[in-house]
Amino acid sequence: MLRVRFFARIREVVGESQLELPLSAETATLDALQASLGTRGEAWRGALTEANLVRAVNHQVVHGNTPLAEGDEVAFYPPVTGG
Amino acid sequence: MAATVRVQVQAGDFDVAALQRALLFDDAGAVVTFTGYVRKGVEGEPAVTAIELEHYPGMTEHSIEVIAREAVERWSLKGVSVVHRIGHLPVGAQIVWVGASATHRGDAFAGCEFVMDYLKTRAPFWKKEYGDFGERWVCARDSDEARAARWQAEN
Repeated sequence: MLRVRFFARIREVVGESQLELPLSAETATLDALQASLGTRGEAWRGALTEANLVRAVNHQVVHGNTPLAEGDEVAFYPPVTGG
Repeated sequence: MAATVRVQVQAGDFDVAALQRALLFDDAGAVVTFTGYVRKGVEGEPAVTAIELEHYPGMTEHSIEVIAREAVERWSLKGVSVVHRIGHLPVGAQIVWVGASATHRGDAFAGCEFVMDYLKTRAPFWKKEYGDFGERWVCARDSDEARAARWQAEN
């Protein structure tokens, strides 16, 4: 299984904070997962195609595509605004 | 002696005097600290009355620790301490505290500012503002990215 987490505005737009998904062709890479989630509806498509969306795998921000493995935790979130 | 690095993410308030005391070492001649507060907002716009801070548990602590250890290496700091609050915070509340101790003040100033600049652009926290306007997510500011980028240019 993969755990997929959403934070802040992205969490509100898609209406989910966390999903558990089985590994499959649709979740084999970060780009594939993102594209697959984007087909869940208009809100999902909008949130997951935002230009400044940040993607993290296992608590590390990822630039570019990467393969996903059993037990990985993926997160999608907007630019951070702490401090 | 190995440098002390402490990272705390918590809902409760913090005591800056106690945090600063924990950064005093016999070989550290300088401690520089920064405290961030919830502010009312921009003059002429509807006032902010409170904020809500969301974070990514686990990743938050880890990312701050990476930043703090980088500062320790780069400026030979004796200690770095970071406290960041989460949850609902009214105007005037303390949000964040960063302290850096070093042999001399130049390294302590630089280390403290570096940690703060990177925390603002890398650590997974998100602010939502509340006020007469209702509620709204705070947008990331290009000026914060520019501040963090300076540290690469100066490397």
